[in-house]
Amino acid sequence: MGKWDKEITPKKSLFDLNINQIWKFRDLLFLFVWRDFVSVYKQTILGPLWFFIQPILTSITFTIIFGNFAQISTDGMPKIIFYMAGITMWNYFADCLNKTSNTFVVNQGLFGKVYFPRLIVPLSIIVTNLLKFGIQIILFIVFWTYFYVTTDTMQPNWYILIFPLLIIIMAALGLGFGMVISALTTKYRDLTFLIGFGVQLLMYGSPVIYPISTVPEKYQWIIKLNPMTSIIDTFKHAFMGTGSFDGYNLLYSGVFAICILMLGLVVFNKVEKSFIDTV
Amino acid sequence: MSEVVLKIENVSKQYRLGLVGTGTLGHDLKRWWYLVRGKDDPYLEISEVNDTEVKGGQYVNALAAINLEIKKGEVVGIIGENGAGKSTLLKLLSEVTNPTTGSIKVKGKIAALLEVGTGFHPELTGRENIFLNGAILGMNKKEIDSRIEEIIDFSGVAKYIDTPVKRYSSGMKVRLGFAVAAHLEPDILIVDEVLAVGDAEFQSKSIGKMKDVASEGRTVLFVSHNIVSIKSLCDRVIVLDKGEVVCRGGVDEAVSYYLNSAKESIAIPLCDREDRQGNGKIKITDCYFIDDAGMKSKELISGLSGKLILEYEKSGQLNPQDLFVGVNFFDENDIVQTVIANDELGVKFDEIDNKGFFTIEFEKLAFRAGRYHYSLFISEKLNNSAEHVKLDVIQNAGEFLVAQGDFWGVGNVNRPKGFIMDVKMY
Repeated sequence: MGKWDKEITPKKSLFDLNINQIWKFRDLLFLFVWRDFVSVYKQTILGPLWFFIQPILTSITFTIIFGNFAQISTDGMPKIIFYMAGITMWNYFADCLNKTSNTFVVNQGLFGKVYFPRLIVPLSIIVTNLLKFGIQIILFIVFWTYFYVTTDTMQPNWYILIFPLLIIIMAALGLGFGMVISALTTKYRDLTFLIGFGVQLLMYGSPVIYPISTVPEKYQWIIKLNPMTSIIDTFKHAFMGTGSFDGYNLLYSGVFAICILMLGLVVFNKVEKSFIDTV
Repeated sequence: MSEVVLKIENVSKQYRLGLVGTGTLGHDLKRWWYLVRGKDDPYLEISEVNDTEVKGGQYVNALAAINLEIKKGEVVGIIGENGAGKSTLLKLLSEVTNPTTGSIKVKGKIAALLEVGTGFHPELTGRENIFLNGAILGMNKKEIDSRIEEIIDFSGVAKYIDTPVKRYSSGMKVRLGFAVAAHLEPDILIVDEVLAVGDAEFQSKSIGKMKDVASEGRTVLFVSHNIVSIKSLCDRVIVLDKGEVVCRGGVDEAVSYYLNSAKESIAIPLCDREDRQGNGKIKITDCYFIDDAGMKSKELISGLSGKLILEYEKSGQLNPQDLFVGVNFFDENDIVQTVIANDELGVKFDEIDNKGFFTIEFEKLAFRAGRYHYSLFISEKLNNSAEHVKLDVIQNAGEFLVAQGDFWGVGNVNRPKGFIMDVKMY
C-alpha cells in the first residue's frame, strides 16, 4: 500500500500549528504583503507619500487640539515630536489589531474555496504593517534629528537598544488580540462595531496624548494595566528621556503579549476548521 | 496503474440545523440563561421543523458514511442532484472544511478547483495575479516563474497581461483563472463544473487540457451536472444521492441510473404528482399524445401527425390573456431538444373554462428516433411586466418513444437521435 502523504481527519489537537505548512506557503505570505502594500496606493496621485502624510496630519491635529487648546502637558518636549512618537507606535498596534480582527469575515469567499494555512493572512498583515511602521519610523527619526540638533530637549539613552523588543511585543499584542477577535466575529458580528470604538478607547487609556506623570498617582495603575502603556512610555523614554523606565511594567506587557498570542493561536486554530460552516 | 491514491473511509459531514438562530451574542446569552435555570434551549424549536432526512433531530447529514477508493490515473465523474452532497465532498477533499467522522487519505499533491480566479485582486495586473492566484493554489514562486509563459499562452489574454484585472471582461478573468489552475500539475485534480463558463472554444480547450492531465497518469475527479462532458471525459462515474453513494460503476451504467432515478416520478399519474411548483390556480391533471390514428399513445413515429393534449383544472381567478403555457422537451441525456410556447407562436387564449385542455397539434413529428421526456410550465404574466408568476410547473412530466419514420415522405428512413429541421436542399 505504501504511505499516505496526507490524512484528513475530524480532530486536530489544540496546538496544531503546522509550521511546515506555513513554511511551504511562505511565498504566499510575501505575495499577500506585496499585494496589500502595492494595491493601497494604486490609482492615487501621491502614491506611497500617503504613508507620511497620515501621521504628520494626525500629529499636527493633536498638537493643535490637545497641545494648544486643551493645554495638556508634554513633559517639556516639543509638542509635535511628542505626539508623533505616541501616534507612530500606537498606529502599528491599532492597525495590526484592526486588520487582523476581520480576517475571517473579509476572506470568507477565499477561505471557502481553497485551502492554505489560514494563519498566513494575519501574519501577512503583521508584516505589511511592519513595513508601513518602518516608513513612519524613518519620518519620526527625521523630525527627531531636527529637534536633537536644534534644541537640547532630546535626551536619548541606551534603552534605545530594546526598541526591537518593543516592536515584537507590539506585534504579538496586535496579532493576539486580532486573532481572538477575528475568531469571535465569525459568530458575533456585533464585535465588528465594538472594535473601532474599543481601540480608540484603549488609546486614551495609554500615554499617547499625555505623559503618564500627568495622571494622578493613585490612578496610574489603571493606565499601566493597558499593555501598550509601558511600550509607548519606554519608547518615549529611550528616545527623548521623558519619564523613567519601568522594567516591571514592561515585563508585564511582555507576559501579557505571550498569553494573548497563545490564546489567539488556540482560538484561531479552532475556528479555522469550522468557521466555513458557521460564518 | 492500480495504486490507490485517494481513499475515503467512512466519511460523514454533519451540519447543524437551526444555526440560523445562533447568530448573535444575545441569543447565546439567553440560551445560557435558560440553561442555568434548568429550562430548555429556547432556540431549539427552529431545528425541529426541518425533520425530513435527519438523524437525531437537529442535525442533517450532508454526507453519510461515504467510502471511496480512487486509483492512480483514473478520471472519475461524480454526479447527483442538487443537495446530493457533491459540493460537500469537494469541500472536504480540498480541506476547506473538516469531516465529522472518518478519514480521507491522500497520496501526492491534491488541488481542487472549486472556482477559477479565486483571490484575484482587481487592482493588480494579469501577470501579478497569476503569481498571487498560483500561490494561493499552492505553487511556490519558482514553479510559477517556470510556467508563466505557458500560462499566459494558454489563457489567450497575452495582449492584456499587464493591464489591471478590473478592466478584464468576465470571460477573460475565467480564462486567466483556468490557465493558472491548469498548470498546477497536481497528482490529483478536482474540478467542479468550471467548464460551464467561457465560450465554446475555451470549453473545448479546457476539456482537452483535462484529458491531457489524465493521459499523463494523473488522477482527475470531475463533478458536474453536464452528462455530455461526464461521458466524454470519465472512465468511471459515482452517483451521489442524499449524501450516499447509490451507484458506482461504468460511465453508461451510472449515467443511466442517475437519469432514470431522476425520472422515477414519471410513472406517477400527473394528477397525483406532489413535486410541482407554482400557486396551483391552474393545474395540469393529465398530459398525453394522440397519434395519427386518433389513439392515446406513448410511442410515436417521426413524420406522422398527432396532438399533445394538456388537460387542466382551474381553481382560481385569472386572466386568460396573460396565460403562458410551455413544454420543454429533453433527450435521454437531459439535454433540451426543443421548446413549444404559446407566446412564441403568437397565441393568446380567449377563455379558460374550469376544466378543459390545451392542444398542441403537429402535422409532422420532427423528433428523430429515441426516448424523450418533457416538462410543463404554466405561468401568468403580471401587468405586462416581464415577471411571471408560476401557476404550475412539473419537471419530468412524461416521456415518450419515437420510432424511425419517413419525415420527408421520400421513402427513406430518418437517422436516429435529435430533431429534424424543416429544410429544402438543391
